[in-house]
Amino acid sequence: MTDSTTLGLVGGLLQAVVIVAGAPLLVGLMRQVRARMEGRVGAGIRQPWRDLRKQFRKEPITPRGTSEVFRAAPVAMVAITLVVAAIAPFVTAASPLPGVADLFVVVALLATGTVAIALAGIDTGTAFGGMGASRETTILALVEPTALVAIFALSVRAGSTNLSAIVDSTLAEPSAVLSPAALLAAAALVLVIVAETGRLPVDNPATHLELTMVHEAMVLEYAGPDLALIELGSAMRSAVYLGLLANLFVPWGIATEAGVLALLVGVVAFVVKVGVLGAALAAAEVFLAKVRLFRVPELLAGSFLLALLAVTASYVLA
Amino acid sequence: MNTVEVALGCAAGSALLAVLAALVVRRRARPAVVGTLTAITGAAGVVAGAAALLGERFAVELPWIVPLSGIALTVDGLGAAFLAVSGAVAVAAAIYGIGYSHHGLDSRGVQATFPLFVLSLLLVPAAGSITTFLVCWELMALTSLVLVVSEHRRRAEVASAARWYAVMTHLGFVAVLIGLLILSAPADGDAFAAVRAAAADLSPAVAGTAFVLCLAGFGSKSGIVPLHAWLPRAHPEAPSHVSALMSAAMVNLGVYGIVRVGFDLLAVDAERWWWLLVLVLGAISAGYGILQAVVSTDLKRLLAHSTTENMGLVLVGVGASGLFASIGSPVLAALALTAALMHVVGHAAFKTLLFLAAGSVLHATGTRDLDSLGGLRTGMPLTTAAFGLGALAASALPPGTAFVSEWVLLQSLIHGLPAPDAAPAAAPTVTVVVLPLAVAVVALTAGLAVVTFVKAFGVGFLARPRSDAAAHAIESPATMLAGMGLAAVAATVLAVAPTLVLPTLGRVAAGLVGSPAPIADAVSVELVGVTGLLSPVLVVVALVVAAVLVVAIPRVLAGRRARREARLWDCGGGPLSPRTEYTATSFAEPLQRVFDTVLQPVQDVDVTHHQESRYLIAAVEYRRRVPDRIERHLYEPVLSFVTRWGRAGRALATGSVHRYLGYGLCTLCALMLLLVLA
Repeated sequence: MTDSTTLGLVGGLLQAVVIVAGAPLLVGLMRQVRARMEGRVGAGIRQPWRDLRKQFRKEPITPRGTSEVFRAAPVAMVAITLVVAAIAPFVTAASPLPGVADLFVVVALLATGTVAIALAGIDTGTAFGGMGASRETTILALVEPTALVAIFALSVRAGSTNLSAIVDSTLAEPSAVLSPAALLAAAALVLVIVAETGRLPVDNPATHLELTMVHEAMVLEYAGPDLALIELGSAMRSAVYLGLLANLFVPWGIATEAGVLALLVGVVAFVVKVGVLGAALAAAEVFLAKVRLFRVPELLAGSFLLALLAVTASYVLA
Repeated sequence: MNTVEVALGCAAGSALLAVLAALVVRRRARPAVVGTLTAITGAAGVVAGAAALLGERFAVELPWIVPLSGIALTVDGLGAAFLAVSGAVAVAAAIYGIGYSHHGLDSRGVQATFPLFVLSLLLVPAAGSITTFLVCWELMALTSLVLVVSEHRRRAEVASAARWYAVMTHLGFVAVLIGLLILSAPADGDAFAAVRAAAADLSPAVAGTAFVLCLAGFGSKSGIVPLHAWLPRAHPEAPSHVSALMSAAMVNLGVYGIVRVGFDLLAVDAERWWWLLVLVLGAISAGYGILQAVVSTDLKRLLAHSTTENMGLVLVGVGASGLFASIGSPVLAALALTAALMHVVGHAAFKTLLFLAAGSVLHATGTRDLDSLGGLRTGMPLTTAAFGLGALAASALPPGTAFVSEWVLLQSLIHGLPAPDAAPAAAPTVTVVVLPLAVAVVALTAGLAVVTFVKAFGVGFLARPRSDAAAHAIESPATMLAGMGLAAVAATVLAVAPTLVLPTLGRVAAGLVGSPAPIADAVSVELVGVTGLLSPVLVVVALVVAAVLVVAIPRVLAGRRARREARLWDCGGGPLSPRTEYTATSFAEPLQRVFDTVLQPVQDVDVTHHQESRYLIAAVEYRRRVPDRIERHLYEPVLSFVTRWGRAGRALATGSVHRYLGYGLCTLCALMLLLVLA
């Protein structure tokens, strides 16, 4: 077994565990930051884990008239996110499955998770479920061009869309991080992440008014362990997206060789980077209001322009 | 005797036998006999294609069939790929047709035309001379036209759809005819080999004209915007197994024609602007097609629009390939062409599956309107599973069929730009602009395809039934399920193990552009010449393992309790009626608003007030239509001009016999004069 395979397998397992355990804490941290900035005490960063523990122990409930799609969707969504958590470069630059650790595959896999939940929303046959699914897939469709063109901008430098290759090329050439292309691509990806993880100003994760909900409207019918899976999955998605953003642009600290110390540094660096990004996102949210659903396309068109500029900038300004 | 020859002979023999059987067998047994024989024709086509793809070559001339020029058949790698695809689609459609044909489709005419259509689909890619090609092309157009009108007694729209199809397919034929005649004029004979040899002598203007004419004719067969108007009319109105053949096999032959002319016959004259044109047309078709699919509520029409989208993506690949060849990177050219061919193969599999499943729904409920479907998963679980699989394959999500080909396409587009520090001459300005935009278009179509198929599957098959017909739908007969099953197996195999066909298609593409094979022979999709690695089977395995973990771990940690049923959240207002559900129209409404300026929907709101007071409203009526804009601005002026011209012509026909004799005399004199002068 070669060194990079060992590193990939151990690191992959490690980062999956870190993300599953840490994602609810990330959500707790983001809520706590918001609470403090809004002058509230907050429930503490361990509150999401307490909620999950409570919900996992509850009796599973199936709303009448729903099918297997409704029951399978949370499992599918969490499983997909778990795969991404294991293969993308979070703690180590090597991947346990190099044939899957492609940026296109990762983006498409995460979209598949969204589709599973959207189908479950439609499957309930209620107006809210359909409404949430319709809005979520609309946003998904409009985000896709930005995401892929931003990937294009990133992969031009590395000559590959393989995540490990992109991270390695940034590690080899640190000055590239400050190039206009990288900065523009980062700005575009931030908007993509805001839209995909359902944060302000695209969607309000704390809303309780059905008509303004996007993600929450789709999962309105879930309760008990199913809801716990959805919550865990959403938290993991946030962690995965922030982790990708962090390591695509600031990969330092990531483990490049197999060793206890390197892996430990990798875990700490990853946790710190995602924590800082999450706290920054939460702090920014305090100053933002949700935009109207039909203003979201303008926002996404703006991010698409940034991504396109990133690709052309790598030629014009090189 | 080689395998290709025997298999093609078998195909022709069993097709002719099927025609004979359609004419003599009793009505009750007719669909079964014809369907079985046609399936054998298709299977023989697959065998012939596969044998030719594995390296056997075949050429034959049969001078006695058509006077003057005879028939020449040649099967090379490119033709073999399309031959195998047509054959495979025909097998599934023919078996499905056995069960589907028991409702007015078992007449002699329809049953005898079906095998001829299948045979023509096999012969077009096997044609070895221009005459043979044109004869088979016309046979394909005529037989498909007869099949499209087969249900004209039941629905009035069929006649109008067939008129559109008849006119457009023949205008396309004229374009192809002129284009190919220009090519064959300087050649010694009309065999492809002779045309290829003479192509070097053509002037750039003549070659360009011939290519554009062929592109117009072949593009209209593939439903390329703006020549797509017939496709969303004719494909949905045909019987569903015929729709599958048209949408999954016939449209491919348009692509075949473009590749044959551009990469083979005219390869020496090819210029960069040809391929830019192809790429731009492909991108427009992909975007426009999927936008129309997003907003359509007719299940089969939605699938037809999605065909335009997919053919657009294929042309993006073909155009990019030509572009790369013209800037001197044959490796990328081969990769892009491989992506296009793979997309043709994958599209054939999932579009067959989707059209057959849609036919099954139509068979069970009598409607194609998504707004009155829903809840089919209880009555028709197998059809639901089939459509779900097809929808996953079509929406370019992993692990789906289209994902693999779009991944290869994106890889070729991304590697088209060299690293920024390379010499500036390596990347002409046009590619720096075109390639990122092409990636954006592919991405946007992928995203919109997701919405389209979430809508089609979610609204059509999940949720609760929106009409009595949908509530009482029952599963289709076994032969129809068998046809769908075959297509489902093909789509699954192509999704999980695409390398069964990808390296072979890569060699075909490499042969056309003159480069080493772009895809390695391995279990994973491994690109050669540029870095890129994708392992669809590992994606599936990883997902399954993760799903098992996600189910098992909470059960171990938190224990397992029995499931309980509960009411849906109805805001305390009592059970919800299906009228409160989201429909296909409402599902697509946000996107329709976002793309308002492109789609230009037409809305009418009529408010009827109460007689006594204008403050009280008795009824509100709301109508919304999304007319095809291109059709309105491009076709309607032409149609109205033709109508006016026709009206003006009436003045010439007064009914007087003397006058008509006078016209005859004048024409004769004019002709004589012309001959004398010439």
